[in-house]
Amino acid sequence: MPRLVSHPDEVKIVTKRFGMGAANIDKYIELGGYEAAKKCLAEGPEWIINEMKASNLRGRGGAGFPTGLKWSFVPKQSAKPKYVLVNGDESEPGTCKDHLIFLHDPHAVIEGAMIAGLAIGAKTGFIYLRGEYRYLLEIVEKAVADCYAKGILGKNIFGSDTEFQIITQSGAGAYEVGEESALMESLEGKRGVPRIKPPFPAVVGLYGGPTVINNAETIATVPHVIAMGGAAYAAVGSERNGGTRLFGLSGHVERPGVYELPMGYNLKKMIYEVGGGVRGGRALKAVVPGGSSTPVLLPEEIDIGMDFDQVGKAGSMLGSGGVVVLDDTTCIVEFALRTINFYQHESCGWCIPCREGTDWLKKSLTRFHAGFGTEKDIDNIAYLAQNMLGRTFCPLGDAAAMPTAAFVKKFRKEFEEHLNGKPCPFAKHMELAVV
Amino acid sequence: MNTETMSIFSPQLAARFDALVAKYPVKRSALVPMLLYAQDEIGYLSDAVIAEVAERIGITQLDVRNVATYYSMLRFKPAGKYNIQVCTNISCMLRGAYELFERFQEELHVGHKGVTPDGTFSLEEVECIGACCWAPAIQVNYAFHDELTPNDVPKILAEYKAKTNGSVKNA
Ligand SMILES: Cc1cc2nc3c(=O)[nH]c(=O)nc-3n(C[C@H](O)[C@H](O)[C@H](O)COP(=O)(O)O)c2cc1C
Ligand code: SF4
Ligand code: FES
Repeated sequence: MPRLVSHPDEVKIVTKRFGMGAANIDKYIELGGYEAAKKCLAEGPEWIINEMKASNLRGRGGAGFPTGLKWSFVPKQSAKPKYVLVNGDESEPGTCKDHLIFLHDPHAVIEGAMIAGLAIGAKTGFIYLRGEYRYLLEIVEKAVADCYAKGILGKNIFGSDTEFQIITQSGAGAYEVGEESALMESLEGKRGVPRIKPPFPAVVGLYGGPTVINNAETIATVPHVIAMGGAAYAAVGSERNGGTRLFGLSGHVERPGVYELPMGYNLKKMIYEVGGGVRGGRALKAVVPGGSSTPVLLPEEIDIGMDFDQVGKAGSMLGSGGVVVLDDTTCIVEFALRTINFYQHESCGWCIPCREGTDWLKKSLTRFHAGFGTEKDIDNIAYLAQNMLGRTFCPLGDAAAMPTAAFVKKFRKEFEEHLNGKPCPFAKHMELAVV
Repeated sequence: MNTETMSIFSPQLAARFDALVAKYPVKRSALVPMLLYAQDEIGYLSDAVIAEVAERIGITQLDVRNVATYYSMLRFKPAGKYNIQVCTNISCMLRGAYELFERFQEELHVGHKGVTPDGTFSLEEVECIGACCWAPAIQVNYAFHDELTPNDVPKILAEYKAKTNGSVKNA
């Protein structure tokens, strides 16, 4: 069972029911659950979207798109059914927050999906979990069944004439399926290859119908936004970045865990105070601030507020909120290699710059780590990464190229130490060279 | 086909599939989960599994294979009764995942994707399993074990071995 952590600086909104048995429907209701959905049913779509816009809630899946705005793009009239799709594919290395939401508060996901459905006029919501999360899928499916038994889901939710159904779905192992259009393909029983945009999912999505797709944390936040009021939720965070976020601290930190902190919380403080500092009191070498696809930050670059805009200004991204901490024993070449191995493995292979680029980057970093790199290779790695950026159908190509380019740029010296027959100075995990 | 009488799946699973194909706006949406559930019962996607799934969804076997090969959890060869999946991605690597993976290799005498001769265990190095804050983490089939050290390996193996109750050859 994943360990829950706590810190006085936390503002527990989304996590407030964690550890309280709220996966049980009666407990959830006792703790105020489904009141937000009832309120939305009474107030209607326009009111919901206005509250969502006022909340400044931005998508927790990685890109930080304003949720209220996204919902407002869905056409009011549609010949085809509209859908809500909850993205629980959670596969970006460094990210495990949705795991805790499904485990401790599955009804918040159901209630959030229902509110999204009321806002856009959808009668069906899908909750898609990565295949590895089977035990969580079972928890969610139990929660859904309990809702049907109580009339919370079905043809007449809360005794009204409004219908809302939830369909759960299991994936079967694929990072790329987390990309919104690839997820729709997967749900339609196909390979997880993304679709060309436009049209965007809000207009043509699942089964060709207008679809709102949101990350599981985004959706689980929705009932709290409604309960608090959009403006009050916005006030918790920073400018244009409403509320809190579930930050996952991992790697070489004394107290790893998922902490709910206000948007804009200082990264340095997050590592040294909330996370208890670098493990064993060692020196900090680098921080990957938002999951493996976000460019690495140096120790002198971490005195920043953790919101989408401030991390962007610092040259990286808030991404999935997974903060990976690296101490001075870490070999950056090895870390870069492990990262690119992942993207190479997960590339769906549709576009050449991504398919070939990740493969070449993997090959050259493997050679490098083994000590057979040359000076020219360092520039070649940077050149390859540069040529992948912005040249692919989906952002996975960028997700592979961006961190690699940043490792080479910020740790060039360390790459040089691996040159000309000198194997890894950290002498670590040479078996990576043959994976 | 009368799937009731001809199914290679247990009556429970066959019934579950009947419900699954009816659950979605489009039958084919059942394909990916159906393949995974079939694998859970049969052990892997055998030709017979592919044939029956194709029949149930109403698509060709080639189409089923085309989809199945995309997903990393789906396999076309049997794994061990307990498939040990060690995450070696970044958060786990930083906290000793390779040392853990090595220890599993030593104890089981198999490498990546290897199966022990008695069929009890198989071992796999996998990508992030969504347990990064509790690293290093593994999954044995679907069960998570987290915050592990190499010294935990013998205990985990013994635990699962005890569960086989001698039902597996040489166990
Ligand atoms: C390669 C790739 C993988 C992604 N994986 C996920 C994921 O696992 N979970 C998720 O919520 N979003 C993921 N996304 C982002 C989704 O495409 C989409 O933007 C998101 O689900 C929208 O929800 P939000 O607005 O609530 O953030 C991924 C994107 C890409 C390009
Ligand atoms: S960028 Fe990569 S993952 Fe995305 S569509 Fe192209 S090949 Fe597939
Ligand atoms: S990196 Fe191992 S579980 Fe995420």
